Amino acid sequence: MTTTVNESVPGGAARQAAGLPRLLPAAPEDLRGHLARYGPTPYRGQTGVLIGDIEASGLTGRGGAAFPVYRKMAVVARGRGRKVIVANGSESEPASRKDELLLRLAPNLVLDGLQLAAEAVGATEAHLYLHYGPTPEILRALAERASRGLDGLGVTITQAPPRFLAGQETALVNRLSGGPALPTFQPPRVSERGLGGAPTLVQNVETLAHLALIARYGPRWFRAAGTDAEPGSMLTTVYQVDGKCRVFEAEIGAPLRTLLSSGAETQAWLVGGYHGSWLPMPQAVGLTLANDTLKRFGAAVGAGVLVALPADRCGLTEAARVTGYLAAESAGQCGPCLNGLPRIAAGLAELAGPGHRRQTRADVERWAGLVTGRGACNHPDGTVRFVRSALTVFAPEIALHARGQCSATNRKPFLPLPNGMPTSEDDWT
Amino acid sequence: MADTLKVNPIDCTGHGVCAELLPELISVDEWGYPIVDPRPVPLALDREARRAVAACPALALKLMRTDEPARSR
Repeated sequence: MTTTVNESVPGGAARQAAGLPRLLPAAPEDLRGHLARYGPTPYRGQTGVLIGDIEASGLTGRGGAAFPVYRKMAVVARGRGRKVIVANGSESEPASRKDELLLRLAPNLVLDGLQLAAEAVGATEAHLYLHYGPTPEILRALAERASRGLDGLGVTITQAPPRFLAGQETALVNRLSGGPALPTFQPPRVSERGLGGAPTLVQNVETLAHLALIARYGPRWFRAAGTDAEPGSMLTTVYQVDGKCRVFEAEIGAPLRTLLSSGAETQAWLVGGYHGSWLPMPQAVGLTLANDTLKRFGAAVGAGVLVALPADRCGLTEAARVTGYLAAESAGQCGPCLNGLPRIAAGLAELAGPGHRRQTRADVERWAGLVTGRGACNHPDGTVRFVRSALTVFAPEIALHARGQCSATNRKPFLPLPNGMPTSEDDWT
Repeated sequence: MADTLKVNPIDCTGHGVCAELLPELISVDEWGYPIVDPRPVPLALDREARRAVAACPALALKLMRTDEPARSR
């Protein structure tokens, strides 16, 4: 699997008009190049000031949940005493590669955002939480900034365990506390009581990079791209029918057909990654990259993973394989998730095999209803969204398999999963 | 102001005593874990709800204050 920044996607003129890409330089940018392009980090000199600009910009979290950034900032800013900020680059969704690429190409933009957000909320401690060990680009950026005294706070790097839920906010706080990266029940929210009980602001690394640009150019500049309801741009990880993975900065509201192939070679789209939704072709061809339009299909942009499934693969088999992974990635802490997800996965595997029992599909649907809304985190709900959309979109395939047939002519697995899955049960640190 | 029943699903061990004490608001799923009525607890069931909370051996059942008015049933 290769990751490239794709410059040859249709819609290039529209992107240029919107000033994209905003976040991704063509090659890794060191501190000197960063300062030449953007100038110094625009500190405001006091707590709170930047939060108004962030509210006016309409920036939402780019880690998947799309929560308004200023609201979490305001809660942490109101807190007292020791306060913590965390740049979340754990990117534990196996199909997503955008945070990894951003941290390699523009580490100083992320670190600017971390320092600016820290100043805005009055944080006294800063962390960077990463999926991989720190890359040379990150270590170099931190060293260059330290030698020039640019940063208000030192940054502690922690590596996330390779688990799907490791980046979930409460799991992240547990890991930074020295424990396993397991989710906990909320409330309290981590913005009220997080690391060591301190108000903790957790923001995705891409969110912080956008924040660093809003601090420089203002909310109106940010809103020049995107829609009124969902301003700005977002990084997407796009898998075309050729199976290649490309990271691409897209304007929110862009037609999905300018990002994903939609011809006869395409069987379905997957939008929002493995907690996301399958969308049928050609019915979904007019949709845009915006939660406003996707929600009618029960879908959301999530962390920007977009997949065009080729016509020669079996979508049902792909969905069953990913669901098996998601079930194995349950933290196993909540009864409904612990019991329901393996049953749902086994049911889907049966539907994807040759022939199945008459009641299996109804069983899967009943279990899906039983686990929804009953976990401490959103893992059961996200898994069910993925499974339900698969049952709908691949219904004709289920009927074929019931008769012992399959439409696929290519049996090579398509959707990426971590090597050696399922991972061992105690590997949470 | 009224109280709503909430289960901490991590602490819950599926003992089932809550559903025995308060069948009006709590049932159990096919694995023995409670399914709780998400609406505010009616005033007439307030005492039973408190008893169910106190009886949970895992201390997983809570009454949480909400802004919705209590149902008069």
